[in-house]
Amino acid sequence: MDNNEQKKLLRMMLLIRRFEEKLVDLSQDPQKLGGMMIVCMGQEAVAAGVGAVLLPEDVIITNHRSHGHLLAKGAEPDLIMAEIFGRRTGYNKGKSGTLHIAVPEVNALCTTTVVGGGIPIAVGTAFAAQYTQKDYVTVCFFGNGASDEGSFHEALNMASLWNLPVIFICENNVYSGAQRMEEHTKVKDIADRAAAYAMRGEIVDGNDALAVYEAVQKARQDCLSGAGPVLIECKTYRWGGHGTADQQLYQPKDEIARWKEKCPIKGLKASLMQAGALTEQEYQQLESDTGKIVEQSVQFAEASPWPDPAEALEDVYA
Amino acid sequence: MQELTLGQAVNQALREEMSRDERVFIAGEGVGVSIHSGPYGATNGLLEEFGPRRVKDTPVSEAGIAGLAVGASVMGLLPVVEIMFNPFFTIAADQIVNHAAKLRYLSGGKSKFPLVVRVKTGAGIGAGCQHSHNLEAWVAHSPGLKVVMPSTPADAKGLLKSAIRDENPVIFIEDMILHFVPGPVPEGDYTIPIGVADIKKPGRDVTVITWSKMLGAAFKAAGQLEQEGISVEIVDLRTLVPLDETTILESVRRTGRLVVLHEATRTGGFGGEIAALVAEKAFDALKAPIKRITAPDIPVPFSKPLEDFYIPNEISLMDSIRELL
Ligand SMILES: Cc1ncc(C[n+]2csc(CCOP(=O)(O)OP(=O)(O)O)c2C)c(N)n1
Ligand SMILES: [Mg+2]
Repeated sequence: MDNNEQKKLLRMMLLIRRFEEKLVDLSQDPQKLGGMMIVCMGQEAVAAGVGAVLLPEDVIITNHRSHGHLLAKGAEPDLIMAEIFGRRTGYNKGKSGTLHIAVPEVNALCTTTVVGGGIPIAVGTAFAAQYTQKDYVTVCFFGNGASDEGSFHEALNMASLWNLPVIFICENNVYSGAQRMEEHTKVKDIADRAAAYAMRGEIVDGNDALAVYEAVQKARQDCLSGAGPVLIECKTYRWGGHGTADQQLYQPKDEIARWKEKCPIKGLKASLMQAGALTEQEYQQLESDTGKIVEQSVQFAEASPWPDPAEALEDVYA
Repeated sequence: MQELTLGQAVNQALREEMSRDERVFIAGEGVGVSIHSGPYGATNGLLEEFGPRRVKDTPVSEAGIAGLAVGASVMGLLPVVEIMFNPFFTIAADQIVNHAAKLRYLSGGKSKFPLVVRVKTGAGIGAGCQHSHNLEAWVAHSPGLKVVMPSTPADAKGLLKSAIRDENPVIFIEDMILHFVPGPVPEGDYTIPIGVADIKKPGRDVTVITWSKMLGAAFKAAGQLEQEGISVEIVDLRTLVPLDETTILESVRRTGRLVVLHEATRTGGFGGEIAALVAEKAFDALKAPIKRITAPDIPVPFSKPLEDFYIPNEISLMDSIRELL
């Protein structure tokens, strides 16, 4: 990946970070943003790395921790923010909120907060590609916890059986709710589960956007040449609690600190600067550009109208 | 008397039953160590008190959790398992609907499955339709299951104890808003029988039959209508299966008018069952058509004004009562 492309990765991670910092901030006041608020802080490299590979026709299916995935797939910050605010101008007219934003405009076809719910759906979108002989892949994001659901196992088996063009991205952020990995499964690496379905499983450093990019690029080619599916486990870490209401009592402070040292943004910034491809000034510019985009999205959301109550009745059936 | 929220009352019932009977254990996602370690949590403190042998934090595996309960119960244990939110019940449904509910029948009455599935439900939490979806009618439609849906902390404690002591699978559905609403709860051991409705407020002119969170709307409407000279009787069903037909029919015979109020959506909702029962068995006593106040037939929307629109309230209840008189 050339330096310019890498700078785009950095910019995307910064955008995701700023976007979610703002959400965390706003949700301190339940009058402004009520309900659940689940963010991916610390995990931005996965979203950015995957997003940099995908073409517009590629499909993503994602989960409750989706803001980064959606932004990296090209969804508009304004319209995501408006949806999170429950406004009529949001992507889903206020029906979804933060947890289930669908952006068919960019082929982000399903954001499900039912853990494991999206994995079989990815089999379906991949099946459609094979059936219609179209060259697109499906990427399905889910967590380490989701790999304990039956849906994960059924989906991987079917996808493998039929060589479907789907990339399963397991974002292993160490936790599933309040459980550490070793408290919810004896498996050390989720990637190992691929072997049970005669599928290629791969582990990548989920805090290294370049590594994610490269692994997904290869997986995409495999899928298009009929050598899919692939399971990629991205090892990363959830800096915050499960959601903003979680006080993280079960999460060791020194563990959080250690992972913050491995911040994916810091890492890429340092390597670009070391290569002489980025100046501090350019970096500041990226920070302020992305900050402005986020500010603008909040202004857009706040200025947007609420839906009329009776609009609740619309959109149930086609 | 002690004041507890419904969540705390459930907690107390669990604690007392676990102390009373070694066979009782709990399992579910976050029932031990939780992401929300608040004092209102229904399983708060139980891990510390009873240890990891009896308080099992499970992986995110609803089918597994439900199957665990089925298998452990037939071996003589008394599982109380938790499904975090009602929509996730669908993942557990095979084990509960096809197995817990039917295996006794399939054994010709030889086996029994004394398990409890606690399910959190309800709209009003701003989480949208994959966390909020009242599915009580689904389970009520599965013979072999008992279905309990308390509206007060005191009822919750007594009913949960009965559920744990019952020899059948009981689905115990707790509204999430009620989890935080306090009320008086008797100390110590007592049970409230499953299958017995409660007249929460006697009245002369109209019967409102409701359950769970909607009891609050019923009381608000009754209070205001009282000032207009309309006397409302409020029947809290508490248990959907088995259904207390006697209390329902006697009340309607006294008042001659019926409104059924529930938060779940309308089509196929349990309100239709009540309406049909009354039409079949007390038609002659009716002075006006039966009314149902329910959510519209839509998923629970996220946006605040839309979610407020979804949840039935005292205003539509009052309007429909006035129409009947
Ligand atoms: C079917 C289902 N069960 C339980 C939950 C509650 N829940 C939401 S996220 C979560 C943990 C998921 O962990 P993981 O898959 O690792 O994703 P992460 O939250 O770590 O990104 C749980 C248990 C849910 N949303 N859906
Ligand atoms: Mg996780």
